[in-house]
Amino acid sequence: MTAHRPSLAGILLCWGLLLLCGCGHRQTLVEIANRAGQYRVGNAGEPSDLDPHIAIGQLEHDIMLSLFEGLVYADAKDCSPRPGVAESWDISPDGLIYTFHLRHNARWSNGEALTARDFYESYRRILTPSVAAQYSYMLYAVTNAEAFNLGKITNFDEVGFKVFDDHTLQLKLHSPTPYLLAMMVHDSWYPVPIATIKKYGAIDDRSNPWTRPENFVGNGPFVLKEWRMNSHVLVVKSPTYWDAEHVKLNSIYFDPEESLDTEERMFRSGQLHTIRRPNQSKVPFYRKYKPQLICIYPELTTWFFKINVTRPPLNDKRVRQALAMTLDRHGITETVRLGVDIPAFCLTPPGTAGYSSTARLHEDPAEARRLLAEAGYPDGKNFPPVTLLYSTSQGNKAISEAAQEMWRKNLHIQVTLHNDEWKVYLDAMRNTNYDIGYAGWGADYADPSTFLDLFQTESGNNETGWANAEYDRFCRTAASTGDQGARFAAFQKAEALLMDEMPIIPIYVFTNPRLIQPCVKGWYPNLLDDPEYRSIYLVPETN
Amino acid sequence: MFRFVARRFVETIPVLLVIATVTFFMMHLAPGGPFDLEKQPSKEIKARMEAHYGLDKPLWQQYLLQMKHLLVGDLGPSSKYPSRSVNEIIADAFPVSLELGCEAMAVALFLGLLAGMVAALKQNTFLDHAPMSLAMLGLCVPTFVMGPLLISAFALHLNWCNAAGWYFARDRVLPALTLGAYYAAYIARLARGGLLEILRQDFIRTAKAKGAGQVRILFRHALRGGMLPVVSFLGPAIAGLLTGSFVVETIFGIPGLGRYFVTAAFNRDYCMIMGSVLFYAAFVIGMNLVVDIVLVWLNPKLRFD
Amino acid sequence: MPAPTLEPGAPIDGDKSASFWQDAWHRLWQNKLALFGLIVVTTLSLLCFLAPVLCAHVLGFSYEEQNLALGPVSPNRTHWLGTDPLGRDLLARLLYGGRISLMLGMCATAVSLVIGVTYGAVSGFVGGKTDMVLMRMVDILYALPFTIFVVLLTVFFGQNIILLFVAIGAVQWLTMARIVRGQVMAIKQQEFIEAARALGLRRRRILFRHILPNLLGPIIVYATLTVPEVMLLEAFLSFLGLGVQAPHSSWGVLIKEGAEVMEEYPWLLTYPAAAMALTLFSLNFLGDGLRDALDVHGSKD
Repeated sequence: MTAHRPSLAGILLCWGLLLLCGCGHRQTLVEIANRAGQYRVGNAGEPSDLDPHIAIGQLEHDIMLSLFEGLVYADAKDCSPRPGVAESWDISPDGLIYTFHLRHNARWSNGEALTARDFYESYRRILTPSVAAQYSYMLYAVTNAEAFNLGKITNFDEVGFKVFDDHTLQLKLHSPTPYLLAMMVHDSWYPVPIATIKKYGAIDDRSNPWTRPENFVGNGPFVLKEWRMNSHVLVVKSPTYWDAEHVKLNSIYFDPEESLDTEERMFRSGQLHTIRRPNQSKVPFYRKYKPQLICIYPELTTWFFKINVTRPPLNDKRVRQALAMTLDRHGITETVRLGVDIPAFCLTPPGTAGYSSTARLHEDPAEARRLLAEAGYPDGKNFPPVTLLYSTSQGNKAISEAAQEMWRKNLHIQVTLHNDEWKVYLDAMRNTNYDIGYAGWGADYADPSTFLDLFQTESGNNETGWANAEYDRFCRTAASTGDQGARFAAFQKAEALLMDEMPIIPIYVFTNPRLIQPCVKGWYPNLLDDPEYRSIYLVPETN
Repeated sequence: MFRFVARRFVETIPVLLVIATVTFFMMHLAPGGPFDLEKQPSKEIKARMEAHYGLDKPLWQQYLLQMKHLLVGDLGPSSKYPSRSVNEIIADAFPVSLELGCEAMAVALFLGLLAGMVAALKQNTFLDHAPMSLAMLGLCVPTFVMGPLLISAFALHLNWCNAAGWYFARDRVLPALTLGAYYAAYIARLARGGLLEILRQDFIRTAKAKGAGQVRILFRHALRGGMLPVVSFLGPAIAGLLTGSFVVETIFGIPGLGRYFVTAAFNRDYCMIMGSVLFYAAFVIGMNLVVDIVLVWLNPKLRFD
Repeated sequence: MPAPTLEPGAPIDGDKSASFWQDAWHRLWQNKLALFGLIVVTTLSLLCFLAPVLCAHVLGFSYEEQNLALGPVSPNRTHWLGTDPLGRDLLARLLYGGRISLMLGMCATAVSLVIGVTYGAVSGFVGGKTDMVLMRMVDILYALPFTIFVVLLTVFFGQNIILLFVAIGAVQWLTMARIVRGQVMAIKQQEFIEAARALGLRRRRILFRHILPNLLGPIIVYATLTVPEVMLLEAFLSFLGLGVQAPHSSWGVLIKEGAEVMEEYPWLLTYPAAAMALTLFSLNFLGDGLRDALDVHGSKD
């Protein structure tokens, strides 16, 4: 029996041909997409689901923006609420009753009319306790919404939503909420097709497959066409959208690649029109050599150190202040964050809905040393061991290392670093099982309360163990009045108290260094980083 | 041989059971659960979500329920991707990993055997040292260094193919090369070693004395025996290709199964962890069986014991 | 002239009698590559072991000292290998990182050695049903996907470096066990063991005095070859973010960080990768040389 010789020549030929095919100018995917009107977006991760009541992360949000539209949507330039499905609304003089007038030509993607009752049923679903929607609290401004959501009342009629006719919907609030419309651009206020959902399973079944491409129904400018896990999500222009004639793109292709390095390489090799951000180290390179490809803009996200105020020595306010004053925030943002982010001296990013905190912490290493000595640790002697916890990520590591070094050099105290994988980190933070934790908070909506409410005593996201009745009072005051001036005054007092007590040490406000090809037009940077897909269009490059 | 295969099947069941049990308890003992999220949901809501996945029941009850599901092959829903079941995710992603694995194995076998054969024939000459040193390079450079280097050269500078993705046939080349390099190196060394041993034997000398050419000796007489160490290595190698592919899949943006293994652990997606562990285990056991059969075919001195 | 007398046992023509080990050393000495490997590994280990002294007196930098104003600079007179984005001297980090990587390599190998040799020797020596059960367990462990196992272990036990050693070592012992078992079974058949048994020696004595010394060859070879695998495994764990914690770093961490910035600051990848590759090369060559010298037939199971 003769031994079979592998056909080396054959294999070599195949591979050689494959490689040779690449010679000569290869059409990049972006060039092809420009001609087809397809916007290719790097989504930085696979969406866990596309149900607005179940999936609530940034990744899912970016896709759902194209698939759904609420009563209002956020303007591309300043995030102000614009008429979406509601073409107009009336607000009662006491600010408690909002009446929305829906468009008559609003439709679902399956052709059915979109009515006020659809919104009513959607709100009922998100507030239904068994659905366990995490963002149900966004609707708590409405009377009895919270009670219904927690199961205290079971009759949804008692909640402050009323349907007058097919195109009129009324909301009743329990206290004036001037930022209600700003909140209503959020995913939790999107309508969902209840009839479709019921067709494929129970209304509160998390594994209901209604979001599969073959079953999907939405009301946004685009409709879901393909969804292959870890491969791509493709949405195409929806002919039933009320403003379809002004939508310029034909389709949007979302690439769920998670690794920042890989995404950036894809961008460079002409596979994607835009990615949210590359690895930090690449930013100076782009700023210097390819400024037309990068756009840096602030977002409503602050990064800070949370301090567990129940553990000594951190229970002493002076120690916390000393730690805060020794950080060189400009050093951090210039070097570690490579000149991109904005140093933060208070919790709320300046200019949040027009509010800028006057209370700011100041950096003063000499004063910090004095405070530390006063607290009983002159020159860092006898300072008990303290650990700084951060979750695994290159950026987090660099900042933590920088802070550790600053504390060592200026205060002569040794802070140990501890890096936990994401879930373990969350577990530790939730159980207040840490000393100092590196954390961030992104605004849910454009108003300072989304930040300041975090550190109320009862807030589940507080996690610092800090409880201050006066602070709670300020927050409640702000929540109970519609007078923006009075609200802002309350916020100022709250923030001043926060910066004095220092249960958190603000470090920087996040800016997004987005990479975007010049052929993309109609996109504008804004504070919520919400693109307006209906206005984006592509101009094929001429070179 | 049929008895051998049948006995292996019977042996596999308790093995999988042990693996499932160990995995189950390891998963549930690790801190953090699938619903620990950055924006902490209220206690009530978190409780409801956990109840949906049966996580509120006592541990032993969850265990028995899990075992019952596994016996019918139902791997459960994924907690990270609520509308997908684990069976579906694996069915979707595995063919991609399989294709990548086969292509990487093809690269590894082709390059490895070629290098090994040349080195064995031309022992202690330049043609021995050069391929073996290159092979050493393949063993010593991690995939997450080799991948980006190859991409930088071929995709970004020369623009011969995409930097990432799994769209065209051309996209397979770089990932297969990156993943296969380590195994090519290993196979080259094993092949060289195995062939050298065979070539030392008397019957080869006889063939040479009878006037047979080098290549003929190699292919007709030596290869079958010399392949033994390579084939023994293939079983665990195939297993390793699946997990090692995590790095390659991340770097090249390939929608394969390797990534799910690790992200499931990070996400505490219990059903996905269990599903991937068991699927992987079953696959490896199956491959080991195939390898054992091939080994017996290659070396008549062995027997099915 | 009288002819030289031949006496039994007398050396002939100046041939000196050599023991097995002396022979092996002689063969190794002649293998240039293996020698090169040995020298490199010893030098690097020495350098890394002396890292604190070197950093303090020769370099003047420590591995954790940051210089934010400086940032990343390419190699120059002050910083021989350049700095990283936080301004830390790369050479210092490389030396300290080498300490951790090499220590990790050796400790994990030692762990796997102890477990593997004991397990394999017992299994091979006792034979029969016990052997079958023990080897089946090895098969089970081979089938467990290593990644998830170690990820879960490090996640559960925390990021303790000692536990990292143990976790990696606990997975590497499988091959060692298999090889040792094979060897033991082969040796067991030999006549001198039969003789020992006939003489009535206790089993434990046979195992430790007669079998184990003959195992030294393969053990040394595979230990030398396991160290590079462990180091690569550690690099893989660093890629996942598990492994050594800041501000310490191992070569795996340095390489991972370097790979991310490879286009902007290539020196951050080149030097750590070169150091790692050089060490792995040397260890592999050394292992090969030892295998040839000790005449170990590695390809058989």
